[in-house]
Amino acid sequence: MAVYKKTYRPYEGALTAHWARLLVIPRYAFEDLHRRKFLSVFFFATFLYPLICAIIIYVQHNASALSLIGAQGAQHLISINVVFFLSLLGWQSMMALFLAAFVGPSQVSPDLANNALSLYLARPFSRTEYVLSKMSVLVILLSVMTWVPGLLLFGLESYLEGWSWAVDHARIASGLFFGAWVWILLLALLALALSAWVKWRAAAGALMFGLFFVLSAFGAVINGVERTNWGHLFNISYLVGSVWVWLFEGGHPTTNGAVFFRAPRGETLPLWTSWVGLAVLALICLYMLARKIRGAEVVR
Amino acid sequence: MAEETAQEMAPVIELDGLEVRFGDRVILKGLKASLTGRSIGLLGPNGAGKSTLLNALLGFHQPSAGTARILGRDIRREPRAVRSLIGYMPENDSYIAAMSGVRFVRLMAELAGLPKSEALERAHEAFFYVGLGEVRYRALGTYSLGMKQAAKLAQAIAHGPKLLFLDEPTNGLDPPARLRMIQLIQEIRDRGDLHLIVSSHLLRDVEECCDEVLILKDGAIAAFCNLEEERRANRRFLEMETRGELNGNFVDAIRGLGCETAPGAQGRLKVVLPEGLEVRRLYEIAAAQDVQIRRLNHRRDSLEDIFLKAMEAADGRL
Repeated sequence: MAVYKKTYRPYEGALTAHWARLLVIPRYAFEDLHRRKFLSVFFFATFLYPLICAIIIYVQHNASALSLIGAQGAQHLISINVVFFLSLLGWQSMMALFLAAFVGPSQVSPDLANNALSLYLARPFSRTEYVLSKMSVLVILLSVMTWVPGLLLFGLESYLEGWSWAVDHARIASGLFFGAWVWILLLALLALALSAWVKWRAAAGALMFGLFFVLSAFGAVINGVERTNWGHLFNISYLVGSVWVWLFEGGHPTTNGAVFFRAPRGETLPLWTSWVGLAVLALICLYMLARKIRGAEVVR
Repeated sequence: MAEETAQEMAPVIELDGLEVRFGDRVILKGLKASLTGRSIGLLGPNGAGKSTLLNALLGFHQPSAGTARILGRDIRREPRAVRSLIGYMPENDSYIAAMSGVRFVRLMAELAGLPKSEALERAHEAFFYVGLGEVRYRALGTYSLGMKQAAKLAQAIAHGPKLLFLDEPTNGLDPPARLRMIQLIQEIRDRGDLHLIVSSHLLRDVEECCDEVLILKDGAIAAFCNLEEERRANRRFLEMETRGELNGNFVDAIRGLGCETAPGAQGRLKVVLPEGLEVRRLYEIAAAQDVQIRRLNHRRDSLEDIFLKAMEAADGRL
């Protein structure tokens, strides 16, 4: 490599495709994340629960393995059903919240802290592409934690139980996929929006948790004072949980949500209000991003 | 040859009634100009609209009316194509503090469309070129102000743009660092591979780096001049100081030679010589009229004069 050259020369070579440039930011972000050992360890630790689930599914269909450890009939203790997969999604989604709180704040704030954003946007690279690139870092990480292991486990169960089971429980697979995407998009938008507005990384991470707990507490106060259920609209885990129940079970739910994402029995709101609540939150995040992700600050 | 000349004369930037508003405030007021120089200076006091003009050309601010074309590409219709032609060195600090210099420049080059290996190679080259070769692996946050300025220049040229926007390139630099930056800019200009737009409120920077100057005042064009032509024209501009009061006959006599005259401050006389007239003739007339010439200078109508006249002109014209 000719690193000794000290002259300027124009570039006449080939350029990469526009879509390929979307992958540049995630590649750099993953290189950075890889250097943070704690995050790498945490990320791999999040696969512990799916691993246990895989063992449970395997053991369920392997009587000889159970008899080997002297636990004949244990397969009746845990059923592989909606609750099983909802619990998996709930647990993994909570882990995803932790990871997003660690990773998210380091996405946009370093670019804004010293005005590097104008350099990104001075290239053939739009604001939308910038946000999509940054989002894709979280989307890839959180997908690998949530719906990817979920669908792999669904595939394993289908393989062991027979394909008729897969057909009968196809809604679980779609629920896992779309339910995880609802959560991932919300987390990614929230993490980027907070990262854009709060420059201190630790504060932005703490704020992500704060939003969930403070808003749900605020909603509970409204419910208590006004003797209503509408306060749940401020409870993000309630909104997500009720959407998940519909995605997994349709109009005839047998559960009231997943672990960490449960709606109290008898306090349900119309489903559309949950969708609207989530959409409003997403729009607020997009607005926050649109205000901050600019090539130049406009002083009116 | 003819093709080269045509290319040289093709407008680098055409401002076609470009107007930018922030809310109710009109920041750029329908700018119209065709800039063809190799190196163009944007001059104006703070708040004149220089940075806003650059930002509008980069697509950071949407024009409220009119448009502009950069090397023939319309900034409204082809913003992506326009940005692919440009290298931008912003006025303010622009870096990612925790990233090493060479990695940052490589990232920017890749975003401009260079493949991974070329981006890395050119990032190294750009760092050596701006004189930061030895510190290229250090985090940008640890760089001095001068080094950060040079790193900004490195990221602006690494992808080989056709047009380079330099917004206050010598901002905050000490004299040696400023000199080095000016030399770099002149070197880039003289290579002739790209066009330069240098925005500055420092007249000296523009005078040393540019051959065309666009002066902005309150968001409008106050003056536009070709510095080289101005310099050529000013070769015949003299400033004369005589002993005592100026003799009316003497002034009439030199007017008789075809000179233009105008009284200056402190009894001085400004004289523009016609083509072919030797300065010696002025001394001969002075001797004949018994006038003692104490000082006779070729006065350069410096950029400062052009700038001050532009600022003073009520209608924004020279």
